[in-house]
Amino acid sequence: MRPSERILAGLTWTAAAATVGVLFYLIVFILIKGIPYLKPSLFSLTYTSNNVSLTPALVSTVIITAMSLIIATPLGLFAAIYLTEYARRGNRAVVLVRMTTETLAGIPSIVYGLFGLLFFVTALGWGFSVLAGAFTLAIMILPLIMRTAEEAILSVPDIWREGAFGLGAGRLRTVFRIVLPAAMPGILAGVILAVGRIVGETAALIYTSGTVAQIPATPMQSARTLSVHMYALSSEGLHTDQGYATAVVLLVVVILINAASAWIARRFGAKK
Amino acid sequence: MNDKLERGMGAIFFLSAAASILAVALICFFLLVNGLPMIFRSGPLTFLLGKEWSPADIPPVFGILPMIAGSIYITFGAIIIGLPVGVLTAVYLAHVCPKRIYGMVKPGVDLLAGIPSVVYGFFGMAAIVPYTGNSILSACILLGIMILPTVVAIAESALRAVPEQYYRGALALGAGHYRAVFGVVLPAARSGVLAAAVLGIGRAIGETMAVIMVAGNQARMPVSWLKGARTLTANIVIEMGYAAEQHREALIATGAVLLVFILIINLTFSALTRRKA
Repeated sequence: MRPSERILAGLTWTAAAATVGVLFYLIVFILIKGIPYLKPSLFSLTYTSNNVSLTPALVSTVIITAMSLIIATPLGLFAAIYLTEYARRGNRAVVLVRMTTETLAGIPSIVYGLFGLLFFVTALGWGFSVLAGAFTLAIMILPLIMRTAEEAILSVPDIWREGAFGLGAGRLRTVFRIVLPAAMPGILAGVILAVGRIVGETAALIYTSGTVAQIPATPMQSARTLSVHMYALSSEGLHTDQGYATAVVLLVVVILINAASAWIARRFGAKK
Repeated sequence: MNDKLERGMGAIFFLSAAASILAVALICFFLLVNGLPMIFRSGPLTFLLGKEWSPADIPPVFGILPMIAGSIYITFGAIIIGLPVGVLTAVYLAHVCPKRIYGMVKPGVDLLAGIPSVVYGFFGMAAIVPYTGNSILSACILLGIMILPTVVAIAESALRAVPEQYYRGALALGAGHYRAVFGVVLPAARSGVLAAAVLGIGRAIGETMAVIMVAGNQARMPVSWLKGARTLTANIVIEMGYAAEQHREALIATGAVLLVFILIINLTFSALTRRKA
């Protein structure tokens, strides 16, 4: 190897090692800081100012995630079906949909939070509520679900569609009986990634679903997710150690979600 | 299936696709309608270039230049740290690493993208702040890490889009592997690298929670890399909880300014990627 080659090789390997190293350092660091405080009391059913239990936040996270997905998944999936199976190429509406979807993907979560506060919480009069939070997040994850569903649908070979048409199936039946079943793993992988986005979201929720540490009885009540819970702990500054313990739980959830999405996508890729 | 159902579902699919148009329109409308009156009442220049933010004074003073400067400083620093490391990692993934290692590094980079920003914030509070304080520099380092996955993903796909012949041609002319990659392939992918930088800027300028937890958040013009500063995003989250009337409007206006920044960045990004295609 020439010296110049050696320098370039060194730079490349160092950068890659730094990227992977930071990831490991972060994970190990959070585990070391958090695991000592992972006590059973942290999982008790109610939150008090002395025992900052994460259970209400955990349950609220599941509720908000489910609600956001119920809103965004059909919308994103149908939109993807329109873009791939129905729209004509170069159609002006399609160009506009693509442009706005790209825009949505780039809007920072705090702007979604502000919009949720102005529209759902104030203009529609929902107040700080799980419903307002779920709708805000649904808009936020819409581009992600649309894009992954579109990719999954596009990867279904055209010959399958032609086969269905040849047997006399209409367009709708072809979509639901042939295309969607084949694209399902890819769509699912995208939905799981969206779950990851929701679970990790804070800025869009503080001023939409609010920060009350309780299990919401109705969708019109306020509740905090795990991420919001962590931020609340850090800004109050009294239970930072419990914040790290919560971070451990959140990190484990996120790692599982990522692994699940990758596993499904890989199985899908292998089948193709 | 009958024709009616066929047409009905077609309409539903179309309306679903139109939802994202509606969403963008609503977001722009609500932020601008609630934010612009405040900006024009106090004068756009006073609001955008005012160096003092004192919502508690009588009368209150709303100038967001400190926050604009804070966002720019922190974003700039994050790019200085994150872009070279990210692009080099992308080179590693696309042209250096063996397949088996790729199968381990790539999911790692994806995981980095999936880690919530509050977790980054807690990491920064304990692993970076003890060394560099609640400061611009801490925020730059943390954001530099957070934009890595974005930069890596875009730069890697740009590198992979460069035709194989470029690399082979360079080898045939006597270049070694790394010189071929850095001298020929990487320059050929430069618009992709630029796009990675632009999207990284978008991510960094929009990041909120992690920045709040390490940047100090003083609403004053940045004085030094080792002193604190406040970003546009932090301004909104920190004060929205208790703001009322004019103060609240000023925060929404801050959001509108942020949205305009992001729209400009997004347009730049799509212009860069479209020209390539």
